[in-house]
Amino acid sequence: MSKKNIFDMDDIDIAWCPGCGDFQILTTLKEALVELDIKPNNLVLVSGIGQAAKTPQYLNCNFFNGLHGRSLPVAWAIKATNPELVVIAESGDGCSYGEGGNHFIHTVRRNPNITNFVHNNMIYGLTKGQASPTSRFGMKTGIQVDGVILDPFNPLTIAIGLDASFVARTYAGDQKHMKEMMIKAIKHKGYALLDILQPCVSFNKLNTYQWFKERIYYLENHDPTNRLEALKRAAEVEKFPLGIFYVNEKPTFEENTEVYHTNKKPIYKRERDLKKFSEKFL
Amino acid sequence: MNSFSLEDKEDISIVLCGAAGQGIQTVEQFLTHVLQEDGYNVAATKEYMSRVRGGTNSTEIRISSKRVSAFVDRIDIFIPLNKTAIARQRKRITKDTIIISESELIKDEIDISKYKVIEIPWTELAQEIGSKVYLNTIAAGLIAELFQLDQEIGKKYLRNRFASKGEEIIQKNFEAFNKGCEIADTLISEKGLKIAIKKSSKKDKELLYNGASAVGMGAIAGGCNFICSYPMSPSTGVLVFLAKHAHDFDILVEQAEDEIAAINAGLGAAYAGARAMVTTSGGGFALMGEGLSLSGIIETPIVIHVAQRPGPGTGLPTRTEQGDLELVLYAGHGDFPRIILAPGSLQDAFYITQKAFNLADKFQVPVIILTDQYFMDLYYNIPPPDISKISIEKHITKTEKGYKRYKYTENGISPRGIPGYGEGLVRADSDEHTEDGFITEDLDVTRVKMVEKRLKKFDEVKKNVIPPDLLGTDKYKTLIIGWGSTFTAIKEALDIIADKEISFLHFKQVYPLHQKTKEFLEKAEKVIIIENNVTSQFSKLIKLYTGFEIKNKILKFNGMPFSVEELVEKIKKIEEV
Repeated sequence: MSKKNIFDMDDIDIAWCPGCGDFQILTTLKEALVELDIKPNNLVLVSGIGQAAKTPQYLNCNFFNGLHGRSLPVAWAIKATNPELVVIAESGDGCSYGEGGNHFIHTVRRNPNITNFVHNNMIYGLTKGQASPTSRFGMKTGIQVDGVILDPFNPLTIAIGLDASFVARTYAGDQKHMKEMMIKAIKHKGYALLDILQPCVSFNKLNTYQWFKERIYYLENHDPTNRLEALKRAAEVEKFPLGIFYVNEKPTFEENTEVYHTNKKPIYKRERDLKKFSEKFL
Repeated sequence: MNSFSLEDKEDISIVLCGAAGQGIQTVEQFLTHVLQEDGYNVAATKEYMSRVRGGTNSTEIRISSKRVSAFVDRIDIFIPLNKTAIARQRKRITKDTIIISESELIKDEIDISKYKVIEIPWTELAQEIGSKVYLNTIAAGLIAELFQLDQEIGKKYLRNRFASKGEEIIQKNFEAFNKGCEIADTLISEKGLKIAIKKSSKKDKELLYNGASAVGMGAIAGGCNFICSYPMSPSTGVLVFLAKHAHDFDILVEQAEDEIAAINAGLGAAYAGARAMVTTSGGGFALMGEGLSLSGIIETPIVIHVAQRPGPGTGLPTRTEQGDLELVLYAGHGDFPRIILAPGSLQDAFYITQKAFNLADKFQVPVIILTDQYFMDLYYNIPPPDISKISIEKHITKTEKGYKRYKYTENGISPRGIPGYGEGLVRADSDEHTEDGFITEDLDVTRVKMVEKRLKKFDEVKKNVIPPDLLGTDKYKTLIIGWGSTFTAIKEALDIIADKEISFLHFKQVYPLHQKTKEFLEKAEKVIIIENNVTSQFSKLIKLYTGFEIKNKILKFNGMPFSVEELVEKIKKIEEV
């Protein structure tokens, strides 16, 4: 592999299947980070568990590869402890919307200045092909032998419904669009959700490259500040519009947190004043 | 008639009992603070139902010539505020108990002529002042005057307490307070209700805090700058305390959506360099189990305060028990080192919590502090902690290129870097990992070395165990074992028993055990363990790590703490055998 990017790693043994959309996401992410001039030691990638959650292993940067479903609480806490870091939480649909569903809801409300990339392949890959929260109704798997009987989780309508700060969708099969969306999501101040549609070539025989190709289209003449319109587009079921659905500029969690109101210094750099302790309590 | 005199007592126990929302806590707060400020030794404990209104709750306030710090059964002055109060406390009411009440509240429950009853038409008096709400202040004034409180201290407290409600309310409370004082003066002169508790001779200012505040102060002095938790009785007091002081000490306080988020956020913050803490109770801690294990493998420090309450399930949310020792000992999958501390006194709670942050940082392990409802809500005056004795020890390294987060070292402790501080990259990995933090399945070399590395840290931890405190002679025949919050009640019981051959060994670190534990046990002719749980969890732990089996057990698990009297009785009974 020719070295062309500071985030590239030498000698890595990638655990993804050939043809997996994760490869396009990884390459595009590295390009986006270079374009944004982000330094590896100033970036923390936070992930949960799953195939998508292995992404940080293949990038030259700080990472916190935590527990299944728990990337978001880790990510906001890192950002709150040191707002000078760029923090990206990256995981799959099972991790982000299933196991971590409660954290997803409340991180939207909390609005930390972090970016959330969700590789959404509508299947559980690492555990070899069970339904994910975004699997389509009727999809048969080794567990859902009669087909999925739950309606799919729609992360975009949930996020917009909660008045999220930034909500977008892209598709791993269109790297140009994906890069543009990644850059905009990272640059956005506040919690930015980028749902990345992605085929799983090994376990999802339903939602293939062809299947997505027939259903995606690009949002045009869409006003991302119009919440009702955004909800309408996000709620479409037959087709998958791509682009920025909703942008709502508002103060971030760190800005709203009292510790940073007047003092911008990260809390970990501040010294506890024991003299003040004595004055206050003794 | 001198039957109402309490002049011969060195220690008075006053119990107020009534419905939630009747303001018992207001009276408790008032009396403990003003009497302490006036120089008395005070202690207060409370028991309450898991409800916001109604039911029957009680508070015990002890005012004593000596320091006091435990719960007693005896009631010298009983103030029932509702009709169920007598029934709720019947076991504790004797012919010596002075009952100050409206006859309406007690006449159906006891034969008034057979008890020392002082009838006071509280409600009528309060209504004369303007509203039933002034009843509490009348009662507070009455008790305060029995102790000849400097009235200026009382009025200063009331002024502060009601400052936000306006001058009229303050004046009404003064009126109520004066009314209480007048009644007390009449009781003293007509009924001979005299009290002769001596004020403390100590010149230095003392502090009056409860367990929750003592843990909170310890956290602040330990450098805690991040707490994320989900409210759960009886642990919430610590979160409230830190939130109250967050502005003064730059503490980021966040209420999580659940306990799973709380501990993961705590670990994220610690990874980025914070001194992080979570506070919870048994059920919440159960949800943190996977996060605890994560702390183990990513070797990220975290302080976890667990205020125990009786389980299983929701159990008794507002009651006390020491039933989660085994939970915190075994929680979390896989093998990794941990430290479990259990303060016995409020001083311990301060120093131990302070130290917990240093231990977590030094060994990069989770440190658990075990308290309980009784301890969280227990108040008494203590000398101020000595700040010169403590320091905030930080163990964070500035990284260089090629930094390895899990570098093998002789003692297993790798220099801990944090992201953005230095040129290196910091990779924390919940998967088994290489020295630089990448996922690995190299079983025979890396996996084995990493397991050994993490456990080597435990050898270091074992060299730094807080020794148990021995109270009494080291030439004991009987050795009493206790841990955590039972300390003060056991100590007071043994003071009463006053047997020079009985000593008390109290553990404020319960895991790992101090290496001298077995030696202490084997020296005794008889060992008695006292625990506020049903299966004697600490004796099981002792047996596991020392082989020593403790046969005599005094156990309590009805949701209430041990009283001094019952410990005296139960210890004596075993001693007689």
